[in-house]
Formats: sequence, structure tokens, C-alpha cells
Amino acid sequence: MAGMIRIAGIDLDVAEYGDGPALLMLHGAGGHHPRHAVNALLSARRRVICPSHPGFGKSALPDWLDSVDDIAHVYLELMDRLGLPKVELIGCSIGGWIAAEMATKAPERFTKLVMVAPVGVKTGSPDRLDVPDVFALPPEELDRLLFRDPRRMAQDPAALSDEDLSIVVRNRETLALIAWEPYMHNPKLKHRLHRVAAPALFLRGDSDGLVSDAYLQAYARLLPNARTATIANAGHVPQLEQPLAFAAAALDFLDAERPE
Amino acid sequence: MKAWHFSETAYPYLPPAETYSSIRVTLPNRHFDPEKGATLWDRYLDEWCIADDEGIEVMLNEHHQTATCADPAAPLVLAALARVTKKARLLILGNPIANRRQPVRVAEEMALADVLSHGRVEVGFVRGVPWELAAANSNPVRTNERHWEALDLIIRAWTAHDGPISHEGRFFHHRMINIWPRPYQQPHPPVWVSTTSPSGAARVGARGFVQATFLTGFDGTRAVFDAYRKGWRDAGRGDHVPLDRLAYAALVYTAPSEREARAGAEKLMWYVTANKIVPQFTYPPGYVPVKTAVDVIRGRISPLSHFGASPTVENAIKSGIMFAGTPDQVMAQIRKVYDYVGGFGHLLMMGQAGFLEHDETVLSIKTFAREVYPRLKEGFCG
Repeated sequence: MAGMIRIAGIDLDVAEYGDGPALLMLHGAGGHHPRHAVNALLSARRRVICPSHPGFGKSALPDWLDSVDDIAHVYLELMDRLGLPKVELIGCSIGGWIAAEMATKAPERFTKLVMVAPVGVKTGSPDRLDVPDVFALPPEELDRLLFRDPRRMAQDPAALSDEDLSIVVRNRETLALIAWEPYMHNPKLKHRLHRVAAPALFLRGDSDGLVSDAYLQAYARLLPNARTATIANAGHVPQLEQPLAFAAAALDFLDAERPE
Repeated sequence: MKAWHFSETAYPYLPPAETYSSIRVTLPNRHFDPEKGATLWDRYLDEWCIADDEGIEVMLNEHHQTATCADPAAPLVLAALARVTKKARLLILGNPIANRRQPVRVAEEMALADVLSHGRVEVGFVRGVPWELAAANSNPVRTNERHWEALDLIIRAWTAHDGPISHEGRFFHHRMINIWPRPYQQPHPPVWVSTTSPSGAARVGARGFVQATFLTGFDGTRAVFDAYRKGWRDAGRGDHVPLDRLAYAALVYTAPSEREARAGAEKLMWYVTANKIVPQFTYPPGYVPVKTAVDVIRGRISPLSHFGASPTVENAIKSGIMFAGTPDQVMAQIRKVYDYVGGFGHLLMMGQAGFLEHDETVLSIKTFAREVYPRLKEGFCG
């Protein structure tokens, strides 16, 4: 099943790839990339379900929705609709934040958790940002923090159709709506993460300029059963910049001691 | 027609522009010399008092974290003006209520200023320019929705007189609303809303508030005023749209001789040319509709399109965003825009900017007040 699915009055664009154990994959601020190699790599061993978050891609955005918490509730309902009592969960960047919120609300529904350069908690001191202010950075500097190799990875607006450029603009608008204040985190989340007992793998690219190694370590320590790893030659979106290494790391973790 | 003296109270003593990336949001405030700033403020208040003496009304505004406007708290300056001016109407344009956390506090500030001035305050509400959002840490998405909810709440707070009322809305919540003092003017001070977009103007027209538009030139202003008039009529307010509902803000410099006028106009252009900005603060996500944002990225909309090739005095006058010259020339320039846009009842005159000195500013205020204003009042109904 794939296409538009209506949840809580919201038309969600849900892509699906492959067969096997259900894996819910939550994209980052850049949205879902339907034509990217990472989808095929993961779906070789999984049924990969990739919803576009409300306000991202072609998914609708209702007036009442304005937080990551709202999206977490919508996705728990999406799992009900798809008949999935339990899934494996991958969350990238703000998708990791959504994943963490979902796992704190219903820890029993997630067998394993892969957090890829996740945001969502505040670990450092009040007088400096944990995550650089993406809304205050010049575009070219943001690209340098996002990618190990911005020349290969950065999006050129001139190469996009008006429709695709509209999606890029809308994704950024929805990101601001849900992550502006408190910036990129929910102050309550870190006091809830101790409930997430499923094995968790926290990944980041070794050149990630947004999610630092210290942040990733501190975040992982908030969960009782988490470890961390690094993807070489990648920035904030290792799943796009190094899809082979990323898929290998994620699938090895998901396949190890998989509960029957 | 009513004319209003407006200064954006800039702090112009800055290092060379090539040493900083943006005059707004990020320019370090070590460049603000408190003594020079205090002297400037004495001067700007004096200039409003001179406008008052000359029979011109007074307008002020606020911006945040920028050298282009050293007034981040217009209600404070409004309170000072309420005491140091004698007869002028005092227009605050305006309160950035999409970026204020407590609309009821804004209602209180405006009511108090109205009492201090014995009923001379006119209260403007603005969505605010995009650079304000980073400075206010205010979410750039859904600012229109917050703006209108706050505006309605403020009017309710002004006009409820029988004990506490409550508000449980989408963005604002307040259980015990019972402001003291209430406004001096009844039922409340005149309400202004500024917008430079036709869609916004239609909504202002439907409500019948005074509509101000800034530096929108011939076609932009006509589109805004047409939308206002349509919004007014569609809402069943009648066929006749009073001219005193419409205001146009332009750069204005009037002097007895063409040479003096030209020199003053050149200095006034600082307002446009000193506005060094960066895209990440100019187009915050959600501030404009997606389609508009795409057009900006594609270069289909240019911020300087009003000026044609470049921001010069000639182009500014030609595009209707500046009225500058001798009294006869200024009259003719105003007449041309006035006729093109279907008339307006208020001229908001940005009469000071950048390095335009006190004497130069006063020369323009007095020349306008004595040589142009009487003819405007006579020749333009409303």
C-alpha cells in the first residue's frame, strides 16, 4: 500500500518499498527522497514505510498542527491504520526527534530504534545553542554544515522544477513552524527517554556540522539501551551522502539478535 | 489631507559597510555610542515638537536590533511625545503584535498613552518587516493569523468596561482581562493597519481600519488601495470609501530652492541605500506564501524593482516613492500619485534619515508646513 492515506483529517503521502519486517523511516528537514538509492538498499531486507511529515512533500498541513509532538501522535495512528502493532524505527534529524517522541509515548511498539543525527533534546548549557541556528545561516554556510561534500550534495535551485522547488520552500516553512521555539528540542523529552528500552543505535556522519559528537553521546545516554557509531565521509545526512555505509550499519544493527 | 512627520530615528554613525554583513539583526551594538545616541534622541524628539508647532501630525514606529531605527520600544517614545507635544495627533505605526507575547499588555500601553496625551493617540498595528522575526525570536509561520487574533483581542480589551472578560483563542489565552486605565478616546483610538500587499489590504478594508502602505509607488499603491476599496465594499460598508481611510508613506523633502531640495533628497536616500541585508533574515521561512518565495528565488521578484535600474533620487521620484523639490514640484509630484492611485487622506512623510542634519530636517518640515500643506488641505478633499 502506498499513496495518500488520511490520518486525523490529514492527507499523508506515504511511500513504500520492498517486503519483510516493517521498518518505519522518518525523514529529516529535507523531506523524503523517493528516487534515492537508500530506499532500494534498505528495502532489500525490509518493508520500508516512508511517510512525508505533515507540511512536508505532498502531505497536507492542517491549521491545528504546529509541533513535533502532534506529528508523533499522527504517526502512532498511522501505524494503527497500517495494522502494525510493532515496527523498527529509523529517524533522521527532525525525524529522529519525531521517533523519540513516538517511542516515549508507546515504547512497547518499537523493537529497535536507529537515530540518525537526531535533534530533539537540549543537552548543553543555556548560553549556547546545541544545534547551530539553521535559520540564521547564509545558504552556502548551511550547506557546509550539512554535507561532507557540498559540491556533490548541495541542491541547486536552478536545477529544480517549480514544483520541486515549491516543496523545498514548503519543507523549510514547516521546519520553522515545528522547530523554531524552543529551537530544535522539546524540553520535556529528555525526562521521558528513560522509558525507551528497545535497543537503539545513534549514528552521525563524521563531518556533521549540526549534530556534534558530544550532542549525540549525551542524547544516547538518555536511553537505557543505546550505543553510538559514526559514518565516515558524511555530514548531517549520511543516509543520502553515504547510502551504502549507512544501509549496512543500519541493517546490521536491525538484523542482530532480531526478536522473532 | 493630513500630513505626518515621520523619522525612523536611525543611528547612522557606523563603520564602513564592507566591514559588516547586515545592518539589521547581527550588527554588534558596540557600534552604538550611548552619548551620541542620547544626543540624537534629543534631536529627533525636538524635530517632532517642531512638526507639532508647525501644525503637522506626528508618526513614529519601532524596529529591533538595527541601526536603521534606534527605537525598539515605540510605546515609550509615544509616552514621551504625549507630554512634549501639544496638539498633534500621535500615530504609532505600529505595534508589531504578531511578535508580542501579550496583546493585553499592548492594549494597556496604548490606553495609557491615550490618557497621557488627552486622546491624541492613533494606534497602528503592523505585521512587521521580515528582519523583525529573528530579533523577536518570533515564529515566522502564521504571523498573519497571530496578528489578527491579537488585534481583535486588543479592541475587546479596550472596549469592555464591565469587569473581566476572557479570551481563549488559537494563539493567545487570557482569563482576567480588565485594563486600567481604559482609553481616553471612546470607544477606542483610531486603528491603523499597514500592509503592502493587496490580499492584506482587502481584509483591512473589510474591517474599515485606516490602511497605510509604504513606498509602494504608483502601481503597488494603486493595487493596495483598490483591494482596500473592494474589501470595504464587499463587506457591505457602502460604495463610498472615505479618503481618510487611506494613507501613503513616501520619502519627502521640500526646500525653497531646487539645489537645497536636491541635497536633502540625496541624504534622505540613506534610508534605502544603507539597508544592507542578508537573505536568511530577509526571507524567513513562511513569511511570504510558497509561490512568492519561489518567485523570489527564481529572480522574478526583485526587492529593488520599484527603482528600476538603481536607487537614485530620480528613480525614486519617477516611481512615486519620493516627493522632493521646491513646494511647486512637491505639490505636482503628490498630485500625480494621488490621482493615479484614486486618492488618499494621509501623507506619511519620512522626513529624516541617515545624515540629514537637524537644520536640514527642520527646513523641510517648515517649508512643507508653510508652502505645501495649506495647498494640500485646500486642493485635496478629505
